[in-house]
Amino acid sequence: MSATGLSDFVLEEPGESTYIREVYGKTLVELGREGRDIVVLDADLTVSTKTSYFGKEFPERFFTMGVSEQDMMATAAGFALSGKVPFASTFAVFATGRAWEHVRQSIAFPGLNVKIVATHAGVTVGEDGATHQALEDVALMRVLPNMKVIVPADAVETEQVIRAIVRDKGPVYVRLARVKFPTIFNESYHFDIGKARILRGGTDVTIFAIGIMVSEALEAARILVKGGVSACVVNVSSVKPIDVETIVKTASVTGAVVTAEDHSIIGGLGGAVSEVLGEYCPTPIKRIGMRDRFGTSGNGMKLLEHFGLKARNIADAARGLLDINRRSESVGL
Amino acid sequence: MFKTTSDVNVLKEVARKVRIDLLKALHRAKSGHTGGSLSSVEIIVSIYFSEMRHDPGNPRWEDRDRFILSKGHGVPALYSTLAHAGYFDASELMTLRQLDSRLQGHPEYDLDIGIEASTGSLGHGLSTANGMALAFKLDGRDNRIYVLLSDGELQEGATWEAITSSSYRKLDNLCAFVDRNRFQNDGAMADIKDIEPVDEKWRAFGWEVENLPDGHDIPAILKTFEKAKTVKGKPFVVIANTVKGKGVSIFENQGKYHGVAPSDEELEIALKELGEAA
Ligand SMILES: Cc1ncc(C[n+]2csc(CCOP(=O)(O)OP(=O)(O)O)c2C)c(N)n1
Repeated sequence: MSATGLSDFVLEEPGESTYIREVYGKTLVELGREGRDIVVLDADLTVSTKTSYFGKEFPERFFTMGVSEQDMMATAAGFALSGKVPFASTFAVFATGRAWEHVRQSIAFPGLNVKIVATHAGVTVGEDGATHQALEDVALMRVLPNMKVIVPADAVETEQVIRAIVRDKGPVYVRLARVKFPTIFNESYHFDIGKARILRGGTDVTIFAIGIMVSEALEAARILVKGGVSACVVNVSSVKPIDVETIVKTASVTGAVVTAEDHSIIGGLGGAVSEVLGEYCPTPIKRIGMRDRFGTSGNGMKLLEHFGLKARNIADAARGLLDINRRSESVGL
Repeated sequence: MFKTTSDVNVLKEVARKVRIDLLKALHRAKSGHTGGSLSSVEIIVSIYFSEMRHDPGNPRWEDRDRFILSKGHGVPALYSTLAHAGYFDASELMTLRQLDSRLQGHPEYDLDIGIEASTGSLGHGLSTANGMALAFKLDGRDNRIYVLLSDGELQEGATWEAITSSSYRKLDNLCAFVDRNRFQNDGAMADIKDIEPVDEKWRAFGWEVENLPDGHDIPAILKTFEKAKTVKGKPFVVIANTVKGKGVSIFENQGKYHGVAPSDEELEIALKELGEAA
């Protein structure tokens, strides 16, 4: 751990911002070149999801399904049943919403080796508005038995996630976003399915975050330390399987928890962490995320402000929790 | 009640202004769907200015006919038409897609501005129209429902479920238009997933099908309205052959202008071609 309390694999300052969906597209091409037996399906959003890169180089392994998300998911199941490793991509709202029951019955139930990689999740979709902002996709996928759910936090992690899910057998949902993400990790970062990573040590509060909110959480920790509050930051990119051990360990040390996600606080990371802590280590918790409402049109990054999903909001929530903890201590006296 | 007209010159002029204003709005928003908005203009303008019974001053009027934009991403054409019909001031078009605007990136149900249903996820609108058509029949009302679909939307299974319901339920109070511009998000439909033969498919599903060779030909559109009302016992669909990006040479039949707003230079070219000095 560095002098600033950051783990060795975390950059001291956020690095260059990149489109993680672009990393997805390029990694697919590399996997193709390495001779992996993958096929890629997309539902008329190939330029947005960046599967178009794979399509250019491997046209015979690339299937444009048209605006037919349900058809795409059950077709991917057929490919998996025939020994291929299918990737199926579209926007998160359509991958998990429109095609949910096809995913449930044809992919998750038989436990097929289908890789659902969806882009444009969360309010950061921006101007397209509520119909296109998936705020419930993590919940919808997390509830399915056999389904794994991964939410990468930057470009470095995205590449590792895409490689890891090819090595792993079984259905998985990977959640990517539209906007650029600041780079958080250096090349020594290592992603493992089922592992949460402590990015920064701390003693007063633990912030669990996913996706773009991981960089906001790190920024929140910088804000908090100025006020004398020491925050531990944990990247929970493997939302399912979730790392119960790391969550319980860090929560029990700090005794206060904030979760942060560009997703509904119901059923997403906030829900998942609450379930773990409620069962193993009851801890006061505040959930930063979309509070049971739909999104709206506007600039994607400005919407994070609008809905209270910024570092400042995380820091405020943390301070609020510490006040409550102190009050209950004084009542105890 | 809105005073409709069948004066082709008036309608052409409205269409020209609707194009100009939707392009200005998209340019200001810096995002949105240019090509598929332009291909729908004559159809939407003709429905609102020549055919539908509606009242911009009383958008909750019980006797109004309904329009549903099933291809919700084409909504700049609808907002611009609604503004010109008097539902709201045209200046509001410049708030398109911005925070706190009523003019959302995809239509949000809001009768104040004349939006009858939330759409944007393709393949929902015709089912919603069926529900309205059934409700009006149940109540013995004569309101009519107009719905505009895209051709890309015909790749959705849900669309065909709805197509089957309309004919099974004999919904002759329903008139559908397909904006057949032959392009989808990723390019020409023939290269992505072809849906031919479109006319025969609808016919086989029990609809009365009218093939409109030019979906920008206003007199021809007006004739389909008349024909639609003579058909009893089944729903009526107009397959309108259109040009994606219609009206601006640099956008016409260019797949890449599906989901891209006009730049400064492109807007200037467009306004010039549409006879509006920049
Ligand atoms: C269910 C669903 N899937 C995907 C999309 C994303 N999308 C927006 S427009 C479009 C296709 C555009 O082609 P078409 O429907 O023919 O529209 P047009 O050419 O008339 O603009 C797609 C795939 C969507 N809006 N809804």
